[in-house]
Amino acid sequence: MSKISLIIQREYITRVKKKSFIVMTIIGPILFAAMMVLPGWFASMEDTESKNIAVIDQTGKYNKRIKDTEYLKFSWLNQQDAGTIAQDYQDKGYTAYLVIEDDLLQKPDAAKIYSESQITIDVKDHIARNLEKYLENEKLNSYQIDGLDAIIKDIHSVDIKLKTIKLSEDGSEKESSTELVMIAAIIFAMMIYMFVLIYGMQVMRGIMEEKVSRIVEVIVSSVKPFQLMMGKIIGIALVALTQFMLWVILTVSIVSVLHAVFASDASTFTANNQVEMLGATGGQPTDAQVSEFAAGFNNIIDKVLSLDLIGSLVLFVFYFLGGYLLYASLFAAIGAALDNEADSQQFVMPVMMPLILSIYVAMAAFRNPTGDIAVWFSMIPFTSPVVMMARIPFQPPIWQIIVSMLLLIGTFILTTWFAGRIYRTGILMYGKKVSYKELWKWFKYSGR
Amino acid sequence: MMFLEAKRVVKKYANHLALNEVDLQVPANSIYGLLGPNGAGKTTLIRIINQITGPDSGEIIFNGRTLQSNDVQRIGYLPEERGLYKKMKVGEQAIYLARMKGLSRHDAIKKLKYWFEKFEIQPWWDKKVEELSKGMQQKIQFVVTVLHEPELLIFDEPFSGFDPINANLLKQEILQLKENGATILFSTHNMGSVEELCDHITLINQSKTILNGQIDQIRQNYKDNLIKLDFIGDANVISAKLKDNFAIENFEKVNGHQTAFVKMLHDSTINSLINEVINDIEIVGLQEVLPTMNDIFIKVVEQSNLSKTQK
Repeated sequence: MSKISLIIQREYITRVKKKSFIVMTIIGPILFAAMMVLPGWFASMEDTESKNIAVIDQTGKYNKRIKDTEYLKFSWLNQQDAGTIAQDYQDKGYTAYLVIEDDLLQKPDAAKIYSESQITIDVKDHIARNLEKYLENEKLNSYQIDGLDAIIKDIHSVDIKLKTIKLSEDGSEKESSTELVMIAAIIFAMMIYMFVLIYGMQVMRGIMEEKVSRIVEVIVSSVKPFQLMMGKIIGIALVALTQFMLWVILTVSIVSVLHAVFASDASTFTANNQVEMLGATGGQPTDAQVSEFAAGFNNIIDKVLSLDLIGSLVLFVFYFLGGYLLYASLFAAIGAALDNEADSQQFVMPVMMPLILSIYVAMAAFRNPTGDIAVWFSMIPFTSPVVMMARIPFQPPIWQIIVSMLLLIGTFILTTWFAGRIYRTGILMYGKKVSYKELWKWFKYSGR
Repeated sequence: MMFLEAKRVVKKYANHLALNEVDLQVPANSIYGLLGPNGAGKTTLIRIINQITGPDSGEIIFNGRTLQSNDVQRIGYLPEERGLYKKMKVGEQAIYLARMKGLSRHDAIKKLKYWFEKFEIQPWWDKKVEELSKGMQQKIQFVVTVLHEPELLIFDEPFSGFDPINANLLKQEILQLKENGATILFSTHNMGSVEELCDHITLINQSKTILNGQIDQIRQNYKDNLIKLDFIGDANVISAKLKDNFAIENFEKVNGHQTAFVKMLHDSTINSLINEVINDIEIVGLQEVLPTMNDIFIKVVEQSNLSKTQK
């Protein structure tokens, strides 16, 4: 077996066996699945506990102006009860009591709600909304305009629902979700950033470890330094790809299991048709919560599927590898040059700068994926992996993708060559204060 | 026949000359000492032989032809600064390093078994390297170096970090390796071990070879014609007798007898010394004192530094 594959094997196996790798591999998909499930879940999570709230209206103007809901009941008490309510509201079965002390038009803060446990924001909103609406109406009525109700009704009937339809090349139309495309772009960009940074740093640490533990001299007596460096970079790249693939596979399986579960949930409760239909699942869901959740969830899944997932994955792998090779080789050079991590900061920062910058540019690209900044930075190799991935869900022109890919390939070949030279001299150099000038010397020296 | 030769090897670093036309001739199946003060260029030469770095000019002849890149499988190298992957298990790591030297996994395990039994270190197989003491790690490192039965072994300061018992064990192993046919090049500052083990030496100082040859020959060349004479009798008598052609450097009283260190002047010989004193004292023992490698090292290096500053 060739030596470089032995090195790759060692790097791969020792890392994949690590606890931290296994933990991350399991937690990742759970987080991703949660990101798809939670919005649906939250939507269905309404406060279902019944609450009785006592109201003492000292002005007498607002009687019954706050409407009861399914879960919220308001009891309008007489003035006599006001004295004792503070002591016995809980005994009488009230969760809280509301006191309106004065005319709210004059004193907007004259309404106060008292309770032992914190009142939820829904309850607060409900009360405020009802009172506001009543007062608004009161005010409008005070102008005494004829036919006002009709006018208001007319105004409120204006409602625009903008649908975004994506035209695909074969001319078919697909309903797309701008929000979802943006979320996909954010996830892609962040993942590239994260993977390049985490695994690039691992290359640096691994090389430093070999140098500090002094095993490097034994190994370079068996293989060429460049082979050792490339073996490590490739081995760690495979670890990253393994993690990514496992994430994709596990996320897809968790999501499809949930999909199946909620789809059946949604169709089993067809017995009583009380709630309005939520068509997304095709069944006739009745249990409000489960079906609402299932519908929201399935809706997200459908929209996710409307993105070009396979194409995105392929591009993701390409841009990850390109960006990783570019940065990992620079990190490798740093790792070889130094013998302790404390000194690394002054070299790591400049390497990380373009990577951090690319995240900021990607933020701009989410909003304006065809703007000058987004286009330029998706071409420049040091920022293109993150920025181009942020643009991918918005489907940039093919020629831009190709140019950016070629530039990236060219650049990582260049940085690997550069790093190889520094590495060769650096790994056997100990106790030397390393400066940029020194690195340049090594680079030139290795050329001979 | 020379197994390994270095011919006019030159190596420049960015701001200094590490090796200046250094030659080396290591006969097959010998133990060869590469000596020199710190920073003389020994490690650089060793790295060039191991193809870790290349020479700027000159060449290395291995077994009669120019050194080639796959010759690394026929060389075992124990560097001065050595280490192992701390988090890796001993056995796993030994197999990995052996495979890097071209052994198959199967052969590596078989041979490791032999060595681990020999050194009685089987219980370490599944331990992580960081759990072992430094001395234990050195043993593992030695095993890994010799495992693939290389024809040329290069040890850079092999005894540093070993306790006397293990250092002795290592010496025995080195001699055994020679007996098995290997050629051994080692660099050390421990002159005692040089005298014990080496057949030949090369002394490098300030990037240049300043002395080389067979160790017995060198010691003969640098001898001071000093005789150690153990006797019973009157010291004054012999000092009087020897005052013309000899110089007595020192008298010592050792249990029951006396010892005199006598320097032979002019053309006097051991025989003439015996003739002078044979009637006056009872000779217990007589031996020519050869200079230690330590003395020669210091003398030669100081001379070379002196001549350099004079130039």
